[in-house]
Amino acid sequence: MTATSVAVPAAPEPAAVPAARPAGVRRKWTEHGLVFIAPFLLVYGMFLLWPLVFGVHLSLRSDNITGSGGEYVGFDNYTEAFRDENVWSSLWNTVWFTVLSTIPLVVMGLVFALLAHNLRFVQWLWRLSWFAPFVLPSGVVGLLFLWVIYPSDFGFADQLLAQFGLHPDIGWLTDERYAMLSIVLTTVWWTVGFNFLLYLAALQSIPQHLYEAAELDGAGPWQRLRHITLPLLRRTTGVVLVLQILASLKVFDQIYIMTGGGPDDSTRPILQYVYQSGFTGYRIGYASAVSYIFFALIVLVALIHLRLARRNAEESS
Amino acid sequence: MSAPAAASGRRPRWTRGRVALVAVALLLVVVWVLPLAWALSISLKPDAETTQTGLDWIGSTITFDAYEAVWETGDIGRWLFNTAYIATMTTLLTVALCAMAAYGFARTRFRGRKALYALVLAGIMVPPQVLIAPLFAEMVQLGLVDTYWGVILPQVAVPAMVFILVKFFEGVPRELEEAAFVDGAGRWRVFFTIVLPLSRPVLAAVAIFTFISTWNNFLWPFLVTTDPNGMTLPVGLVNVQSSYGVRYAQMMASVVMGGLPLLVVFAIFQRQIVRGIAHTGLAGQ
Repeated sequence: MTATSVAVPAAPEPAAVPAARPAGVRRKWTEHGLVFIAPFLLVYGMFLLWPLVFGVHLSLRSDNITGSGGEYVGFDNYTEAFRDENVWSSLWNTVWFTVLSTIPLVVMGLVFALLAHNLRFVQWLWRLSWFAPFVLPSGVVGLLFLWVIYPSDFGFADQLLAQFGLHPDIGWLTDERYAMLSIVLTTVWWTVGFNFLLYLAALQSIPQHLYEAAELDGAGPWQRLRHITLPLLRRTTGVVLVLQILASLKVFDQIYIMTGGGPDDSTRPILQYVYQSGFTGYRIGYASAVSYIFFALIVLVALIHLRLARRNAEESS
Repeated sequence: MSAPAAASGRRPRWTRGRVALVAVALLLVVVWVLPLAWALSISLKPDAETTQTGLDWIGSTITFDAYEAVWETGDIGRWLFNTAYIATMTTLLTVALCAMAAYGFARTRFRGRKALYALVLAGIMVPPQVLIAPLFAEMVQLGLVDTYWGVILPQVAVPAMVFILVKFFEGVPRELEEAAFVDGAGRWRVFFTIVLPLSRPVLAAVAIFTFISTWNNFLWPFLVTTDPNGMTLPVGLVNVQSSYGVRYAQMMASVVMGGLPLLVVFAIFQRQIVRGIAHTGLAGQ
C-alpha cells in the first residue's frame, strides 16, 4: 500500500545517524522504538486483534452472550447463516440503503461544495447550515425525525406539504414502500456535510490560474466546470465514493432508532440482525458468524477500492 | 484563504446566473435549517399545542417549562457529564497512544518494525462494528461492562490515526531532531519538545475528529452500558424516549439540549474543525 512508498525516502537514514553520533547507537532501553509503540500495541491487541481472533473461535461454538455455556459446533453457525432468510434480507436491506444513500450523498456533497466555493461570501453560513447536522448525535437526529418530522398529520413533513395543498397521507416510517426512503432522506440531511467539506477542500486546492487561462480563452462558467473542475475532482470523487459506501454499509443507529428495522423487518440492516442474534437472542456464536459474513462484504469493497486506486496511481504516474 | 485574494482582483458580477445560484443556495440553507428550527419551536410550546396542525412556529406563549421538566426529572445532566468525560478521556488517550506509536514507526529503526506497522495498517480494514459480539463477551470476562473503561478502551487504538500521524512525522525535518540528539537529548525529549510542538495542526485534527465521533458514538456505548446512570447522552435519550409519552415539548427540549453542546463547539471552532475534517477525512484513506 501507500505505506511502503512513503517509507522509501527514509532509507538513507541509518547511515546518517551514526555520522551525527559517532559514539554509536548505544541507547537506553527506554529509547527503543518498541517502547513508543508498546502502549498502542497493547490496547490494539486486546481490543481489536484479540476480538477478531476470539470471534472466529466463538463463531465455531454455541455459547451465550457472555461467551460461555456452549460447545464446539464446527461450521454449523455458518451453514445456518447461509440458509437463514433473515441474513439475506437484512444484507439486501443494507445494500439497498447503501445504493439509495450513496448517490444523493455524493452528488449533493459536490453541489453544496460548488455552491459554497463559487459564491465566495458568507462562507460561515454555508458551512454552519450544511455541516452542522453532522455534529449531532444519531440519538438526537433519530428522535427528532421519529417524533416531530415524520408522524402523520401533525408531523412537520406532512404539515409542510399541506402548505402547498398536498395531503399525501403517507406513513413516512410505517409504510413499507416509504420507510427506507424516509431513512435515506434523514441520512442525507444528517451526513451530507461531511462529503461537502471533503469536496470543498478539494476545490480550494485547484490552482486559480487554470480558470483564469480558460477564461482568457473564452470558456464560460459551464465549460470551466465541465472541462476543468469536474475532471480535477475525479480522484476526490473516488475517495468520497468509497468512504461513503463503507459508511453506508455500516448503517445501524438511525434505522434502529427510527423504525427498529420495521415495518415488518423491511428496513432492518445486517448489523441490527447481528445485534438481535447476539444481544437479544443470546447466541453469540451465531452473531459472530453473521458478523464475519458482513465483514467479508466490507473487505470486498475495500479490495475493489485498493485495486482501482492502484490502477489510478499507475495511470497518473 | 485564496478566495478573498482572487475575489479582490475581479469582483464577481451580479449576473442572472449568479443571482440564481444564490437563490438555490439560500433555499438549501432553509431546507437544512428547518428540521432543527422546528425542534426548537416545539420545545418552546405549551404541551397542548405541540400536536396541532397548521405550521405555527410560535405557540400562544413561549415557555421553558419543558426544559425545566427535563432537567429536573431526567438524567440529562448526568449523561452530559458521562459523555464529556468519556469523549475527553478517549481523545486524550487516542492522541497519546497514536502519536507515540506513530513516532516509533516513523523515526525509530528496529527489527520487525515493518511487520508491526503492516499489522497496524491492516486494522484500518476492520470496522469496529464487526467486532461487537466477541468484544462484548471479552468485556464480560474482564468485568468492564457498565464501566467508563469498557466504553473508552475499545475506541482508543485507531490504526487510521497512526497512519495519518506517521505520514506527518515523516515530513518533520530530521535536522531539528539530530541537532537535539547531538546536544545529548534522548528520544523522549525530542518527541515532546520538538516533534509534538511542530505537529500541533495534525494533532488538533486527530483530536477534533476523535472527540466528535466519540461524543456521537452510539452502537458500542449502547451495547456495553445497561445502567442508566452510566449512559452517554445519545444512548440515554434513546433509552428513555418512551417515558416521555406524548410530551413532545419535553422530547424536543431534550433533543435540543443533546444537540447543543457540539453545535456550540462547532460554531466556535468552525475553521479548525473544517480543516481537521478535510485533513483526517481524506488521509483516513
